[in-house]
Amino acid sequence: MADYEVPELKEIPVVPSIKEGSMAHSAPFISRAPFQEPMGYPDELVDNWQEVAIDKLGDLTKKYRSLKVYLDSCVKCGACTDKCHYFLGTSDPKNMPVGRQDLLRKVYRRYFTLPGKLFPKLVGATDLTKEVLDDWYTYYHQCSQCRRCSVFCPYGIDTAEISMAAREILDVVGVGQKYCNEIIGKVYTIGNNLGLPEPALKDTLEDLEEEVEEDTGVAVKYPVDVEGADVLVVTPSADFFAEPHIDGLIGYGKVFHQAGINWTLSSHASEAANFGMFIGSYDNMKRVAMRIREAALDLGVKRIVVGECGHAWRVAYQFWNTLAGPFDFLDPNYPVPQHIIEVTHDLIKRGALNLDPSANDDKRVTFHDSCNVARATRMGSMPGGQFILPREVIKASVNNYFDMPRETIHESTFCCGGGGGLLTDDLMELRVKGAMPRMQALNEVVKEYDVNYLAAICAICKSQFSKTLPYYDFPMDMIGSVHGLVSEAIQLGTKE
Amino acid sequence: MSILTLGYSVLFYFATVILVAGVAYRVYTYAKTPSPLKIVTTPAPTTKSGVVYRMAREVVLFESLFKSTKWTWLFGWAFHFGMLLVLLRHLRYVTEPTWFWVDLIQPFGIYAGFAMLLGLGGLWARRFLVDRVRYISAPSDHLMLAMLVVITGTGLMMKFVSGTDVIAVKNFMIGLMTFNIQPMPNDPILLVHLGLVALLMIIFPYSKLLHAPGVFFSPTRNQVDDPRENRHVTPWAKDAN
Repeated sequence: MADYEVPELKEIPVVPSIKEGSMAHSAPFISRAPFQEPMGYPDELVDNWQEVAIDKLGDLTKKYRSLKVYLDSCVKCGACTDKCHYFLGTSDPKNMPVGRQDLLRKVYRRYFTLPGKLFPKLVGATDLTKEVLDDWYTYYHQCSQCRRCSVFCPYGIDTAEISMAAREILDVVGVGQKYCNEIIGKVYTIGNNLGLPEPALKDTLEDLEEEVEEDTGVAVKYPVDVEGADVLVVTPSADFFAEPHIDGLIGYGKVFHQAGINWTLSSHASEAANFGMFIGSYDNMKRVAMRIREAALDLGVKRIVVGECGHAWRVAYQFWNTLAGPFDFLDPNYPVPQHIIEVTHDLIKRGALNLDPSANDDKRVTFHDSCNVARATRMGSMPGGQFILPREVIKASVNNYFDMPRETIHESTFCCGGGGGLLTDDLMELRVKGAMPRMQALNEVVKEYDVNYLAAICAICKSQFSKTLPYYDFPMDMIGSVHGLVSEAIQLGTKE
Repeated sequence: MSILTLGYSVLFYFATVILVAGVAYRVYTYAKTPSPLKIVTTPAPTTKSGVVYRMAREVVLFESLFKSTKWTWLFGWAFHFGMLLVLLRHLRYVTEPTWFWVDLIQPFGIYAGFAMLLGLGGLWARRFLVDRVRYISAPSDHLMLAMLVVITGTGLMMKFVSGTDVIAVKNFMIGLMTFNIQPMPNDPILLVHLGLVALLMIIFPYSKLLHAPGVFFSPTRNQVDDPRENRHVTPWAKDAN
């Protein structure tokens, strides 16, 4: 199945011995002119790249307190060394969070600190050589910006911040990543990551309406560009046709239908994901986020709801207000933005939905906390609501629910292995190996409780697991959407 | 004035200026560098007082490290809190009359020295025994531990093995503070002890010892989790397009 060794799932999680250079060969395709130029980045390594990179690094340490403090503060205590799923799956020490950070830190120390200028060898500082630049490209594209390391670091050092800075530097010197930059281009020109144009989107949603009506006998609507709707739903474009994502979208529609909420999608903002974050570009992230504001204003909606998407929910929850706010033109009685789980949870609590969990009795379900939802956002008003609300929605929709081991869920959750701009076929080996810690935890509940359904609330997790589950001898259709479960359980025609 | 007294006086004045000015400058740069986005690691407190409580747990109990690895936590905590007690105990060399609570902690302060050694030993052993920690250790990481071990060791030696003229040390220290230089006692162990302390003060603002002020400026720890309720805007980010 693969020309590399798929990690074996062991009984007890074992921290591997380091194997230097074991992932040195893994790097994504480099971006080309058609994707670099529209974003204002050079299309090949510029002649004075060293100078440009060092200037950019200096500039970024003045713009981001996180970067400055994190480059200075690490004491090499080793607390993070066994926390990254990519290290656990590959054994490459440059995939230990501190090992990854040090690739940038050693250059920072050389050019921006006195001891690094005077005694580079003593403090582990090095010149910025082509080898170092290549290492940046290789290993900063083996970080999914999942923030697991930041939970365990005594100073809260977040490798995601360092990876984002490194990717921005790489873009400015002309070695961008094709996958991310091509997708951002599609968002600007077409409106979504998958490049689904407006007419195709409308056709897809009409087909979906027919399908759901055939299936349920109820005319559930999947509206797009409806002016004056109350709720604008912004969801990852994978929800429009990828499996199992689309079951989630079907579920959102059924929930709104039963609750009598007037909602719409937007063809202008037909994508929740914001790949501007992955490449660490504030300007691109802002430009992508502004589409949501524009769509909300154009359509005259009162609320914005975000579909099941992990990094997208991070950008929406933590950054939208800063990037595209203030949202003072929306209904102040609802948080802006609101997660679809928050909406469904609230409706369940208020008795507005009729759910029959026995409709899912063929399933024994566990829940994968998506990394960015878990460690960068909240749902509801309580800290930790992002763990509680999805589980309550699932438990209202199924009878058989089992958590994976505690050290692999909630804020300690493992990334699926495909987040942060790595969900591309040219990184398949990394994705398979990076999925190992989650697969191991899943294996525990499969053996103990016969779990046969892995529910998630992130488009990347869903795509990544569809691809990687079979490598670990699990069926690929084991992964599903939380709102797919709601969709099965909801009793249409009984409330509305 | 002997060359020894002159040398150590100059060294301590120099070290103090570097430490105070250096750390003040670092803190100033951290404070003035903006955090353009809310990046707090959740679950996080939703109020300012909650953040103060979170930060207190982090600084006093090393909460995140405890979650991460119990051995490193044990050694790290023993070292840092041993050092805190030892430093407080040392206040008796620079105050006259000594404060009553400084007198009170004297006996504990002595044993805290052993806790420091234990902690340092454990932390150093990890740099040799755990392959992951060995990989990330630079020579300076070993040197820093060596310095701290020697400082602690010489301190304990002066207490338990050879003794030193503490009255003379105190006179020298108070003399420095009142700009009325008194002779530096010529005890080799003391010279090593104080010389390395001064060196540590000098490298503090240029080294990983910056983790001490740094932790208070870590946005993943010191931000309030309220991005939906309060719009967070910093100057350069406002003008970005």
